[in-house]
Amino acid sequence: MQVSVDKELIRVVDLHKSFGDLHVLQGVTEQISKGEVVSVIGPSGGGKSTFLRCLNLLETPSSGHIYFEGTDITDKKVDINVHRQKMGMVFQHFNVFNNLTVGKNITLAPVLLGKKTQAEADDMAKELLERVGLSDKIDQYPKKLSGGQKQRLAIVRALAMEPDVMLFDEPTSALDPEMVGEVLLVIKDLVKTGLTTVIVTHEMGFAKEVSNRVFFMDGGVIAEKGSPDEVFNHPQNPRTREFLSKVLY
Amino acid sequence: MEFFNVMLKLWNQYWKLFLEGLGMTLFMGLLTVMLSTIFGSIMALMRRSRWGIGKFRPLNAIAAVYVEVIRGTPILLQLYFFYFMLPQWLPFLALTEFQCVLIACCVNSTAYVCEIVRAGIQAVDMGQTEAARSLGLNSRQTMIHIVLPQAVKNILPALCNEFVAIVKETSLASTFFVGELMTQFKTIQGITYRVLEPLTIVGLIYFLVTFVLSKLIALLERRMNASER
Repeated sequence: MQVSVDKELIRVVDLHKSFGDLHVLQGVTEQISKGEVVSVIGPSGGGKSTFLRCLNLLETPSSGHIYFEGTDITDKKVDINVHRQKMGMVFQHFNVFNNLTVGKNITLAPVLLGKKTQAEADDMAKELLERVGLSDKIDQYPKKLSGGQKQRLAIVRALAMEPDVMLFDEPTSALDPEMVGEVLLVIKDLVKTGLTTVIVTHEMGFAKEVSNRVFFMDGGVIAEKGSPDEVFNHPQNPRTREFLSKVLY
Repeated sequence: MEFFNVMLKLWNQYWKLFLEGLGMTLFMGLLTVMLSTIFGSIMALMRRSRWGIGKFRPLNAIAAVYVEVIRGTPILLQLYFFYFMLPQWLPFLALTEFQCVLIACCVNSTAYVCEIVRAGIQAVDMGQTEAARSLGLNSRQTMIHIVLPQAVKNILPALCNEFVAIVKETSLASTFFVGELMTQFKTIQGITYRVLEPLTIVGLIYFLVTFVLSKLIALLERRMNASER
């Protein structure tokens, strides 16, 4: 898929992040366009999750700039809360709100932030839950849900804000194996709608199947990037080859 | 047998005094917990505040010093301190002995409640905050709608335990004869020249009250864990 520059959604310029002495991101410069599906792969500690968490400033970058829809969100004067409403995030450990029912999990943010009335939000919650097969759970508390159900809830909770981009941080890593499929299916359906998506994942088959582009991150930089075919089938960087030889067997 | 007979006699004769003392003890305990819950929560928020100049965060520093000083000195010393200091430094308030002692108890308990509230908030998984912030909620909305409702489940049982602890600690207030249970022991001891028998009665009352309270707290905890069905 060819993407023109004017459709740019996120631009990252020389992004650095350190935790104390640990220099996790060592200068990432990249851009993501509207409608793109980007998978971020690579070994643990390579900076994948930190990169993703920097995109909505859950981690504050040590230096560098992040432009989202043309605005430099690393600028201290920018109200990040406004921009976060447009960036949905799904976490490895689901992080569904334990004190709220499934329905309330979805409607809280849109109602509180004035995007929807409670009635509108309720209708949307029903619709979204139907889409991921959780309609019957609307009045239950998350405690009763399985891991796969929690993650599906977390996905539609983010969708309820009608974001312009979805960020997935290893969405299936904390799941029992038999539940990975149901979550990947939901993400796959989502990707088909044309929503811009960035996925940090260890599911190589999935990354290969759904992405337009793949980033291989190692040592705090994007060591290799390209189409799934380029990265998975014809990797140029020896580190990519080594990594793939270990995970694809 | 002699011992129990004396105890029974004392009870029959002075049960009113004992119960009055118990009433006072519970009254002091309840008032202390209620007041220190308010002040302790404010203190906990101060402790968590990030407001400051550069790296110096004055609200945080004040709360931290307060907690350390109060927890690092004996409650009996604090009682003496406020008992003598308050009327001398703030004579226009014309505080009664009871009020001085109550203030001392509150000052003491506030430090512990501050830590209870702080720990209760901290025990809520960081992921809950991150999820709320990622949806665009600001830190206040996140606190009110997500973190505090979950923190209350950690805080409430601990607060009840603090109440049990205070009920026992008020006995130190008997140093100043403010009329709680331990004071009544001293009164009865003065009248009858008996020590062990009234002391045992008072001990039994303390034990019964705290035992029942502890059981109620355990019940409350189980209820709250079940509340999310």
